[in-house]
Amino acid sequence: MSSRREILDLLRENARYTTEDIARLTDFSESEVAEIIEEFEEAGVIRGYQAVVDWNAVETDEERVRATVELNVTLDRETSYDDISDRIAKFPEVTSLRLVSGDYDFDLEVEGDSMREVSHFISDKIAPIPEITQTVTHYIMESYKEQGMEFDDHDDDDRLSVSP
Amino acid sequence: MTLEPATRVDSVPPSGIRRFFELAEEMDDIISLGVGEPDFSAPWAAREAAIASLERGQTSYTANRGKRELRERIADYEAATHGLQYDPDEEILVTAGASEGLDLAFRALLNPGDTVAIAQPCYVSYVPGATFAGVDVVDVPTRAEDEFKLTRDVLESAGAADADALVYCYPNNPTGATMTGDEIAEVAAFCRENDLVVFADEIYADLTYEHDHTSIASLPGMRERTVVFNGFSKAFAMTGFRLGYAMAPPEAIEAMNRIHQYSMLSAPTTAQYAAIEALDNCREEVTEMTAQYDRRRKYVLTRFDEMGIDCFPAAGAFYAFPECPWDDADEFAEALLQEKRVAVVPGSAFGAGGTGHLRVSYATGLSDLKEAMARIESFIE
Repeated sequence: MSSRREILDLLRENARYTTEDIARLTDFSESEVAEIIEEFEEAGVIRGYQAVVDWNAVETDEERVRATVELNVTLDRETSYDDISDRIAKFPEVTSLRLVSGDYDFDLEVEGDSMREVSHFISDKIAPIPEITQTVTHYIMESYKEQGMEFDDHDDDDRLSVSP
Repeated sequence: MTLEPATRVDSVPPSGIRRFFELAEEMDDIISLGVGEPDFSAPWAAREAAIASLERGQTSYTANRGKRELRERIADYEAATHGLQYDPDEEILVTAGASEGLDLAFRALLNPGDTVAIAQPCYVSYVPGATFAGVDVVDVPTRAEDEFKLTRDVLESAGAADADALVYCYPNNPTGATMTGDEIAEVAAFCRENDLVVFADEIYADLTYEHDHTSIASLPGMRERTVVFNGFSKAFAMTGFRLGYAMAPPEAIEAMNRIHQYSMLSAPTTAQYAAIEALDNCREEVTEMTAQYDRRRKYVLTRFDEMGIDCFPAAGAFYAFPECPWDDADEFAEALLQEKRVAVVPGSAFGAGGTGHLRVSYATGLSDLKEAMARIESFIE
């Protein structure tokens, strides 16, 4: 019997599967699938649906610059990680923000139209936040895999077309 | 003396799949549901173990029976997954694919003139393998109304009681049929009563979706009369590595090894390193691939149902075996290929009992599978 979790797996695999597709791939009926997805959305389990884009393959002059930034912070009695993350996450330039273990505290991802824009954002908006003691910015030079998808040329199916 | 085929070769026709393969190979842009192997590549960890073994220069022969480390892991794996107890030293032989194992069993354990009952439709090598060994074949056609399971009635009607051996494969290629423990027990009872040995091809044992696989060798009184064949091709998606194994009591393995040591010497060494890694660290990939097959299976069965094509709920391997909408399945398959560029294999290519059906493999990515099913739907309209 299929589980509700399986619907999440399928949407993570391809968010464009229709409810009809998902019903055919599981033991749920189409209306059950629609209902479960709605419940996931309302409960905040599913937060959104996005395309995985290989910007290098986009034929346009527009540049998309991304960087990951290591942030070190100091906490005091009045300031928690959540207080700091609230302030940072509000910026639209910030595409992801995670608290991590190890040498630094926050792992930040920033996106902009140019290196200049991203650099200014870090120096003007992030670095001046009083609790932040250090930033280390890494510009992303090449992306090989995003959200589970490899960015290589599609492997041709080299199996024999008919085999026993 | 001229270089002409020997009579025992001449008497075996080329595989019925061959003609279809040639037709399909000439065409571009076909979507093939005619493939009898996984669309996944072998798990990366297994591939990397193969590469690492090459880098270390481990390129020599192994023991005839295969590396002991591998045989130990096979013994553990079969004990854990199918409740089988085989001694890695005396009762396991690593072969170049399960197919080699079957060929060895025909030649090492049967005499020319012996009779083997072969449950059909079946993998294309069983009948030729028996014929090459000079063994007579009794066709045992399973029936659509039994969902292509092997039953006592089917065995009796075919005259299998007089045979010396029985060969079958469940979960089945080409039908996707599976058999429950109770159903296998009925076959086991028949074999004990009529004193048949059993060659059980269990290559698809881990690809079941409705109930767990039962190995006939795990049933009372069967271990001593059974050779079990399995391998890494299907569940671990390692077809090109050519690695399988046979499990049987010591005398049988000794006899099979007698041929193997002269004809094969040992199974491919690189593949053996990959297989060790597969058993140690790739079970999760197998679970994930199995989940994918199961979704596709549901998709295909639902689509056939929507199209009004009669198809029993195949619960194993990666095949569905629908009834052909036309009387002549060969003609249908050829027309579907020519007009809609979708390859399926007519059931007749797999022997008795397959006529009037089509083997549809769902070892194909979902987007291709969706497109292929849409084309079949438009073709039959």
